[in-house]
Amino acid sequence: MFLNQFLLLAAILFCIGVYGVLARKNGVLVLMSIELILNAVNINLVAFGAYWNATDNTNVSGQVFALFVIAVAAAEVGVGLALVLLIYRNRQSIDIDDVDMLKG
Amino acid sequence: MLALLVAQNIAFYIIAALMVVGALRVVTCKNLMHAALWLVLVLAGAAAQYILLASEFVAITQVLVYLGAIIVLFLFGIMLTRAKTGTDDDLDNKKSAKFIGGGIAVLLLGLMGYSLIDGFKDTEFGNLMVQRTSQVSDSIFSTYLLPFEVLSILLLAALIGAIVLARRD
Amino acid sequence: MFNMIDKVWIIPALMASSFLVILFFGKRWGTRATAGIGIAAVSICLLLSVIVAGNWISRVNHPPTGAALAADVLQANGLTPQTGENIAGEVNAATHDSGETVAAGSHATMSESAHTDASASEHGAEHESVPPVVRAVTWFQIGGIEFEMGTLVDGLAAMMLITVCIISLLVHIYSTEYLHGDVRFTHYYAFLSLFTASMLFYVLSSNTLQMLVGWELVGVCSFGLIGHWWEEKKNTDAALKAFLTNRVGDIGLILGVIITFFAAGGTSFNVLHINEYALSQSANTTLLLVGALCLFGGVTSKSGQFPLHTWLPDAMAGPTPVSALIHAATMVVAGVYLIARLYGVFFSGLAIGSSTFHYVAFIGGFTTIIGGLLAFVQTDLKKVLAYSTISQLGYMVMALGVGAWTAGVFHLFTHAFFKACLFLGAGSVSHACHHTFDMREMGGLRKKMPITHATFLIATLALAGIFPLAGFWSKDEILAGASSGQQNAYTIMLIFGLITAFLTAAYMGRAYWLTFWGDYRGHAKPHESPKVITVPLMILAGCAILFGFTNFPGNFFGIHLPSGVTTRFEHFVEPTFAFPPLQHAEFTPWLAVVSTILAASGLFLAYQYYEKNRGPHGLTSRNKVALAGYTFLENKYYLDDLYTGVVAGSTKGPLARAANWFNQNILDGIINGIGLGARKIAAVVYVVADQLIIDGAVNGSGQGSEGAGQLLRKIQTGKVQQYASILFAGAVVLAGVLVFVV
Repeated sequence: MFLNQFLLLAAILFCIGVYGVLARKNGVLVLMSIELILNAVNINLVAFGAYWNATDNTNVSGQVFALFVIAVAAAEVGVGLALVLLIYRNRQSIDIDDVDMLKG
Repeated sequence: MLALLVAQNIAFYIIAALMVVGALRVVTCKNLMHAALWLVLVLAGAAAQYILLASEFVAITQVLVYLGAIIVLFLFGIMLTRAKTGTDDDLDNKKSAKFIGGGIAVLLLGLMGYSLIDGFKDTEFGNLMVQRTSQVSDSIFSTYLLPFEVLSILLLAALIGAIVLARRD
Repeated sequence: MFNMIDKVWIIPALMASSFLVILFFGKRWGTRATAGIGIAAVSICLLLSVIVAGNWISRVNHPPTGAALAADVLQANGLTPQTGENIAGEVNAATHDSGETVAAGSHATMSESAHTDASASEHGAEHESVPPVVRAVTWFQIGGIEFEMGTLVDGLAAMMLITVCIISLLVHIYSTEYLHGDVRFTHYYAFLSLFTASMLFYVLSSNTLQMLVGWELVGVCSFGLIGHWWEEKKNTDAALKAFLTNRVGDIGLILGVIITFFAAGGTSFNVLHINEYALSQSANTTLLLVGALCLFGGVTSKSGQFPLHTWLPDAMAGPTPVSALIHAATMVVAGVYLIARLYGVFFSGLAIGSSTFHYVAFIGGFTTIIGGLLAFVQTDLKKVLAYSTISQLGYMVMALGVGAWTAGVFHLFTHAFFKACLFLGAGSVSHACHHTFDMREMGGLRKKMPITHATFLIATLALAGIFPLAGFWSKDEILAGASSGQQNAYTIMLIFGLITAFLTAAYMGRAYWLTFWGDYRGHAKPHESPKVITVPLMILAGCAILFGFTNFPGNFFGIHLPSGVTTRFEHFVEPTFAFPPLQHAEFTPWLAVVSTILAASGLFLAYQYYEKNRGPHGLTSRNKVALAGYTFLENKYYLDDLYTGVVAGSTKGPLARAANWFNQNILDGIINGIGLGARKIAAVVYVVADQLIIDGAVNGSGQGSEGAGQLLRKIQTGKVQQYASILFAGAVVLAGVLVFVV
């Protein structure tokens, strides 16, 4: 197997995720797209981890980093959904482009 | 040995194809519930890829955390925000925004694809060995102890933050 | 006496726990208990600090030898000595190995003395090389580098411990009365405890990373305490200004810490390790110069050096005891302490030993003059003291800059006490006068507040450098150090120092006479403060009298005291390990005489000008009518003229008239000329340097960012996804540049 197989798969998933983040209006869907991006990164990490592990058997840093990313993703989804819920409660809609009070 | 490699490759391409299709459906389909289910496919595919990469612990965690918890969280989110159960045409941004997003994504893909192919050419995995869970735990609790502690604080903060944000006073 | 020096971490830990207890239980237990906890904790800390100092003194008198010495050297270099039965043999061997790296520094004697058993004690008795006591544990480990957390005790640290603890204790006691009935009494005491803990943590740090932590912690406490009365916008503004100005310098500090870390091999943040490297032959002096200048950026902001001194006068918005503790005696000297601690870096980076002029010494010298002149045009008593603090901090920095390490640190030590005394005295005055610090509403307080007056006078004389008070000894040592230098004299710094000696005496004289002499001009009924306030003042005044003798010179106008009594401060405080070999300036009689004359004349001129009202008063008023009215009604100047010039002149004989003419025209002319000149310069400096240039730069940067903001707000639609598009597009462009161009 080539390292690039996994890296390219990750790249494709990442770009699909980016598209989703930019093109979707629904808050929950944007969060899902972010999950796609995070998973793409994880595939990268695990692939490189496996690659290094083949030369140095004691090194499992790739897996450890992937685990950390999973944990952070869990935190992110938790807070993100709480935010979406709050937005819904305040404006009866979870369309991201309605929330534009930051404009100068 | 060769047979194993061929089998690995075939498995990879089938799973990869499923994942790409699933991911595309996540970002395009008109039904919120379906999008969540397509996401399940992508996440499960990722877990399968981890198995192929001999990283069993991450694979298991992926299944437990993503499929077990995060998807459920998404479904709760969908339900609590009372989304339409059927198709909903109002999930996407304007055409122009979709166009810009697509353009950026394609550009990004071209750039990454070029540099990956240029950079790693046909680097092969060496002899893939199973990365044992005990090694992972040793690594977390020695080399990466501090990041681990920081992460636990982060999770705690996220927990509190989520409660504060979501509760009805 | 039991050995406290190994367990010195207890001291900051004690204060930190006092902070936590006050924070969590202070409100519930009431104000008396709160103050009690704080005072008890500081008292114990002071006791322990004295024990630590005692331990250190006995360590210098009986230096460790053999295996114990070797183990200390190893620990000082950030290595862990082996433990076990045969420790002596193993460690001796280990010392031999590390001897190579150690001997690269200034003290090749180290590995020798470890081996010679019989002669080692004699060797040590010559005060050759006493390694500091370093006790460290691994904090965390990342990227193969071990980050340590530990304590380092040497003479400097012990001196700082005692200084901080004494002043903190007195301020704790003083504050029980000064902040009596304050709404945020608990908050105040919690912050005082936290501050003391942070400061002790800072001075005991064994590595630069830890110093950075302590440095920021004291900054936070300073912020919280300046803004103690945050209901007034002025105070929050001052707190913010202090915090933000310090951020500017902190960038320099962080850069300096990183640069010195990588310069010294990128393996350890250990202070001694860095100094060791800086003094070795193989040191990269260019890198060290950059590192030293970056570190000096931190010093510039924290220790109020030009041009980042502007926050310090504003910081006087905080409660007065806080000003005494934080903004005069302890926190602001953190920068000076940093230079003293990392002296190897500054010494070789700036080539202090061989040069006659460099950035640090110049900024120090320049700051002394700037601060001294600005102190003249202030009407707020605390602001006079604040500018005086700036000026004195410049003195310390200048001393360190010219290579007079002991003199600079000694001045830090003496200054802490008399400046704290002045601030607390000012607080006592304001306590009596309806919480005003305006000297125009004071006057004649010497009868009403005798104790405050006496202590303030002692501290003023000490600050002015009048024999035999503390300031005289330390200031004189700095001047001697500047005049002899290491290899060449720092002549410009010497001139700066002498001018400041005069200015200091003059503006302190002004403050003193305006506050305590003449007639009372305010509307309150001043009364002497209670014992809780006056006793700390008396103790500090006692310190201001006595502590100068701790570094009594070896040859004082031909008086030779036994060597066991002279230059004790230098003997015990100056490091001998990982420290450049410094020349010590001898006591210079002519300098002492000149500086004392300057100081005395400064006081005399201030007396003439402000008490006797001789000199060009009222010239600064623009409006002529107002000037005439003001001078006629308010000033007894014309009456004095009438009496002395017309009445006395016409009744006495020609001789008396001649003498009077001489007195009026020549003497007064000189006095007036000098007074007028000083006042003009001060006004110009204040208007041009302080208000125009510095404030202009600050405002300019503000306006610049506002303009940029006006431009940028056009793109700001508030749509998150639009931002994300820009973000990703930017990422694509950058990545493209990286891939295809670079």
